[in-house]
Amino acid sequence: MRLFLEARPQPSRIAAWTAPLLATAATLVVGFIVFKALGRNPLAAFNAFFVQPVASRYGIAELLLKSTPLMVIATGLAIGYRANVWNIGAEGQLTMGAIAGGGLALWLGESEWPSAALLPLMFVAGALAGMAWAAIPAWLRTRFNANEILTSLMLVYVATLYLSWLVHGPWRDPEGYNFPQSKLFGDAALLPNLLAETRLNVGFLLALAIVGVAWVFVRRHIVGFEMRVAGLAPAAANYAGIDARRNVWLGMLAGGACAGIAGVGEAAGPIGQLLPSMSPGYGFAAIIVAFVGRLHPLGVALASVLMSLLYLGGESAQMNLALPSAVTGLFQGTLLFLLLAADVLVNYRVRVARRAVAA
Amino acid sequence: MDTVTQLVLLSLAAGTPLVFAALGELVVEKSGVLNLGVEGMMLVGAVVSFIVAARTQSPWLGVAAGATAAAALSVVFAVIALTLRANQVATGLALSLFGVGLSAFAGRDYMSVVIEGMTPVHVPVLSDLPVVGKLVFGHNPLVYVSWVLFAAVQLFLFRTRVGLVLRAVGESPQSAHAIGYHVIAIRYAAVVFGGACAGVGGAFLAIAYTPSWVEGMTAGRGWIALALVVFATWKPWRVLVGAYLFGSVTLAQFQAQAAGVDVPSQLLAMLPYLATIVVLALISRDAMAIRLNAPASLGKPYHPE
Repeated sequence: MRLFLEARPQPSRIAAWTAPLLATAATLVVGFIVFKALGRNPLAAFNAFFVQPVASRYGIAELLLKSTPLMVIATGLAIGYRANVWNIGAEGQLTMGAIAGGGLALWLGESEWPSAALLPLMFVAGALAGMAWAAIPAWLRTRFNANEILTSLMLVYVATLYLSWLVHGPWRDPEGYNFPQSKLFGDAALLPNLLAETRLNVGFLLALAIVGVAWVFVRRHIVGFEMRVAGLAPAAANYAGIDARRNVWLGMLAGGACAGIAGVGEAAGPIGQLLPSMSPGYGFAAIIVAFVGRLHPLGVALASVLMSLLYLGGESAQMNLALPSAVTGLFQGTLLFLLLAADVLVNYRVRVARRAVAA
Repeated sequence: MDTVTQLVLLSLAAGTPLVFAALGELVVEKSGVLNLGVEGMMLVGAVVSFIVAARTQSPWLGVAAGATAAAALSVVFAVIALTLRANQVATGLALSLFGVGLSAFAGRDYMSVVIEGMTPVHVPVLSDLPVVGKLVFGHNPLVYVSWVLFAAVQLFLFRTRVGLVLRAVGESPQSAHAIGYHVIAIRYAAVVFGGACAGVGGAFLAIAYTPSWVEGMTAGRGWIALALVVFATWKPWRVLVGAYLFGSVTLAQFQAQAAGVDVPSQLLAMLPYLATIVVLALISRDAMAIRLNAPASLGKPYHPE
């Protein structure tokens, strides 16, 4: 008896949506084994990892707060991924967005600018900076045929070093005891709170709005449709006259704009200043969110909450179980691996051959 | 020792992790598989080699362990991308993300551990010869291993029957299958070999180059190695040249500081990444050269039936 894969006549929609659930369940099983191997009581660990962080009103607010940048970035990335445009440099685009938005906050923060004017301006600046950073790989790809995966990733390091230079040098707070950080933003440059006594801010509403816009674009707009076609059947798209270069530009710029917005949201939200690192890897985790969310705006919104829980769980495990917070990265990677493995069920049926099949 | 000799020695050392990782990936890509997980495998190789070297006091055991661990990790990639036919780009990304997390997790207690490390060889008399002595007989042992690896890969790919089969699998898996070769098995072997090479590259960083363990210490070298394979248009000797060129670029930072040039260190540290981007664009511009040299089935899943 042996197992083999039989191609389905067409991809299974049911499998496409159950695969993320299957992968999540399997990740929990892996987590159970890991905790057991570390000599911890798995149930207590699960409690500390997945239940305690969200057992209070404050915890729920934190869950939504951390899901915000993930949701925004992954929504943008998914638009490109659908068209086979692989922007994996969102972390750098986020950083450039934070620099642009944060720079504006530092520059205009002392003046009399009202919040209602300053914040939108910061978001526009952040989106433009993210787009500019994403435009480099897009241009290199369309003009020089250079692989956007590698160029967008290289630019992450460049952006991080640029921010590091800014907060160590010209933008360092002169009264900051020599710490590499900027001055705190003025009140006008901070996002208003959404829920009293928590850190949840209006950035979350902006994230939901972006998801809504993306949904309309992907499902209801001809260009969104054409990009999906280009991803599923490049040859057919080419024959139908769909412009591959335009798809590269749109895919990269959508990802860059969203990542830049997320960067401003972090700077003007929970952080409130510029630090050497503006994100614990949201730009990379968002790649996983995009896949787990099936590159669909609504799926992405749900997956971002799941990924946010992994971040909170990691912090909680560090405090309550003396486990390193790196366990979060471990879970994130495992989740994506298992999802990709489970995805085999979308295109194939697993069959059992009773007798050895002649090869 | 004069500065030029010193510079050459340091460039060779800085380029060696890239030689290992990029030669491994070259073989993987020659078989038609694109494994974007090099960064993750290098990190796991680095951390495992460091832990084993710290515990056993044996750098060589560390290198072996690092290679084994990274190879084991590459099997996970192979199962998902080859057996389960998942998208190779996504699976490779997953491997990199997973490797970053796994290495940070595994190395948490070793961040401030100090080990002896692997020191350059010293051959009596020969190593003390002026100039030539250091250039030929004064490297870290793993540098010699990387040269052996280069020669082996070159001979294997272009002078052996199995190497020919591997290249055939990369160009046209259907044809290779039709004349009776087991495409998936050959690709598995290539992926595991690439994993082991990336592991040794990471081990070189943790055991010989630095020697220490720091989270994310590869700092993008795995990705630069991927770019190098394109830069080399899938030719081993160009991988070697490219790796040492990149090695010298990473040194520019320290050279400038030593020379008292007043440029902030962060801006100088951008150089290797910017150089990678520029070189990649220049090479890729010639689309014909890429298409002629790249394995025809690169990155495409293979369906046996």
